[in-house]
Amino acid sequence: MADSKASSGKLLDIRNLRIEATVYPPGEAPKTITLVHDVSLTLEKGKVLGLIGESGAGKSTIGLSSMAYGRGGVRITGGEVILNGRDILKAGPKGVRALRGREVCYVAQSAAAAFNPAHKLIDQVVEAALLHGTATRAEAEKRAVALFKKLSLPNPEMIGERYPHQVSGGQLQRVMTAMALCSEPDLIVFDEPTTALDVTTQIDVLAAIKDAIRDTHVAALYITHDLAVVAQVSDEIMVLRHGRLVEWGGTRQIIKEPRQEYTNALVSVHEIEHKEQQPGTAPFLSVKNVTAAYGGGHVKVLKNVSVDIYPGQTLAVVGESGSGKSTLARAITGLLPPEEGTVTFDGRPLANRLADRPKEDLRQLQMIYQMADVAMNPRQTVGTIIGRPLEFYFGMKGRERDKRVAELLDEIEMGKGFVDRYPAELSGGQKQRVCIARSLAAKPKLIICDEVTSALDPLVAHGILKLLLNLQQHENVAYLFITHDLATVKSIADSIAVMYRGEVVRYGSKSKVLTPPFDAYTDLLLSSVPEMEIGWLEKAIKGRRMESAGN
Amino acid sequence: MSSPILRLVAQRILLGLVLLFAVSVLIFAGTQILPGDVAQAILGQSATPEALANLREQLGLNDPAWLRYVHWLWGILHGDFGTAQSSGLDIASSISTRLKNTLFLAACAAIVAVPLAVILGLIAVRYRDGFVDKLISGLALASTSFPEFFIGYVLIFVFAVHWQIFPSISTVDDSTPFLERLQAVVLPATALTLVVLAHMMRMTRAAILNVMQSAYIETAELKGLKPFDIIRKHAFPNAIAPVVNVVMLNLAYLIVGVVVVEVIFVYPGMGQYLVDHVAKRDVPVVQAVGLIFAAVYITLNIVADIAAIVANPRLRHPK
Repeated sequence: MADSKASSGKLLDIRNLRIEATVYPPGEAPKTITLVHDVSLTLEKGKVLGLIGESGAGKSTIGLSSMAYGRGGVRITGGEVILNGRDILKAGPKGVRALRGREVCYVAQSAAAAFNPAHKLIDQVVEAALLHGTATRAEAEKRAVALFKKLSLPNPEMIGERYPHQVSGGQLQRVMTAMALCSEPDLIVFDEPTTALDVTTQIDVLAAIKDAIRDTHVAALYITHDLAVVAQVSDEIMVLRHGRLVEWGGTRQIIKEPRQEYTNALVSVHEIEHKEQQPGTAPFLSVKNVTAAYGGGHVKVLKNVSVDIYPGQTLAVVGESGSGKSTLARAITGLLPPEEGTVTFDGRPLANRLADRPKEDLRQLQMIYQMADVAMNPRQTVGTIIGRPLEFYFGMKGRERDKRVAELLDEIEMGKGFVDRYPAELSGGQKQRVCIARSLAAKPKLIICDEVTSALDPLVAHGILKLLLNLQQHENVAYLFITHDLATVKSIADSIAVMYRGEVVRYGSKSKVLTPPFDAYTDLLLSSVPEMEIGWLEKAIKGRRMESAGN
Repeated sequence: MSSPILRLVAQRILLGLVLLFAVSVLIFAGTQILPGDVAQAILGQSATPEALANLREQLGLNDPAWLRYVHWLWGILHGDFGTAQSSGLDIASSISTRLKNTLFLAACAAIVAVPLAVILGLIAVRYRDGFVDKLISGLALASTSFPEFFIGYVLIFVFAVHWQIFPSISTVDDSTPFLERLQAVVLPATALTLVVLAHMMRMTRAAILNVMQSAYIETAELKGLKPFDIIRKHAFPNAIAPVVNVVMLNLAYLIVGVVVVEVIFVYPGMGQYLVDHVAKRDVPVVQAVGLIFAAVYITLNIVADIAAIVANPRLRHPK
């Protein structure tokens, strides 16, 4: 531990923190906006404080202020950040460098991007300890190996010799935690350390981080948008919104007895009542024994996949990254022609290749993507974007088209005022709504939704899911809903296909798929979804161990 | 070293050889298209038809073009570039001294210019958008904007005429001792350095600035590293590939593009040799020099490609 100058137990004391940034809106004069409005917090030694909120709440900005760091032109303009008894905002560049990497360390959301691709892991892990002279090279390496072991990394003696690209994402995230712990800091800022990981990996990393915090008595600021995650590791939770404090209390109080309406909304966010529909008599789209591969047949990503989609119903496809979910969508739409098997639509086979399909077939299958902002032309207005399928498929023009665009905007609960807006002027949720309207404009029978809510904040995602369900009732459109998020699946699906390494391992109606007995993989997937309950993590890990021992 | 690297490197070298072969065809074809006839050129306008016919027979000019190309290429592969028409001297031996001189001048310029450009680039990034950055960029751009002959004459005026430190004429021959040789090339090397500096410096700066946006630079900052150490240790290794590319282009320029500077300083290098023989319409010399220049360009670009491959940890250390 670095020298402690504070006599009390207080490690970090942030008082009336104000953080500002200058924004340059196109065509307007630059203006200063306030990101964090007079937020105060204290953290005692060895305690974990969870900072939670949606994007734009100022969580990361506040977390980084404990290292006197402002990301991308962000300025700390007011307040005090007292670390180990001194105000680090007055420390000057040299003083700040002395505390970064020694008293406070940082664990980033994407370890894959946060490691330098040009250096070995071990060199990066021990770098801060050597820089600050807290250990000799040999000591630091010994410490690093011990940490690798503690974080249950495979082959702890040798993993440091590898380069970042040679190690998986979940492992890198643990190496990054080891890197933060290696200089034996007083405080670690965890910035969404498990958000980018698959749910089954997240639980391992979460458990590793929790154990490491417990054993090293380091204090931590744990930043996330996922209450269920933060509930597993934090002693206290602070809820933030638009850079202001909403509520601050013990973990149990926040998740069991939230006092603020906003906290309550966050806690109850996933609960959408959706009654499962029974499959109709005949599916309108069937995928039969489809096998698809990349690289000229070398890498098989879909193996003998068969699923059916019924009119006006939702088939959810779940699985981890690399399980072939999106490839299934590409095979159905003809973007990746299958090597074997067929896709039948309305009783006739669809052409394998996109280029061989008639316009009418294209119209019937529409897609919505995860990244709404890159799926739209930034130089076209909302009206043009939504009007394009109307012109292309129905030849609508002029007033007729504008009327239909207005109706569609109405359906996605956005007013006529948005017709002349550009995508850059919309929020993430609004962008996704425009994409939904664009796909609806074609009046398709099936919309393929590829992780459409994954990039959105929980409350916004909730709104999008509700909208999709409403639209399904009105328009009788079917969804192929690709997601890795099981909570979303429960809210929207009528039937579910669980995919693992290119194969459908479990398939059927929602109630059937989600009722035990489970196969090993579905069980792992289901038991890995964080629940908003204290002690869930330990139970889940224990349950999993028994399960894997049983297998 | 693992197999993917070896495979990629072998691929580059092979591609380079194919390219060189294609260039040799182009050079040969290009000189064939030129009007006039070598025999006519040698014997002059007043030659008798019999003399012309005899000489054509002797030089093999009556053979089809592809056969002459094969003979030419076969000779070059055995180090025989033929003889210069204007002087009757063996081209290979004339070129070897001049190539040595050119390489010496280029090396002197490169030894100064490359490290200087990279270091200035690093400093410009460290103080980006500040006064130092603007000063470095401004001076480097100004030196590039002046034509080479202008810089050459300014250098001669200041250092050879006014202060009389260095000679204004850089004539050297085989017997010139090393130190004298070095003294002779100081001014032309300086002129060349000033010409190529800005390009390399600006590209180094741009390549590193690009890397500075990466998340791992933030990681380094949050470890408490000093700004210059971040650039040197974390940004530069990831910017090597683009930097090496532009360095190699400039090295190639130092060898094949020095005509003007060589003429100004009367330096007996390849450029001067080429210009002389273009004026005399000495086709075999032009062909030989053209082929050597092409080989230099292609070799240096292969080196840049290989350096970029080797600098990539993903290729050096496959999964």
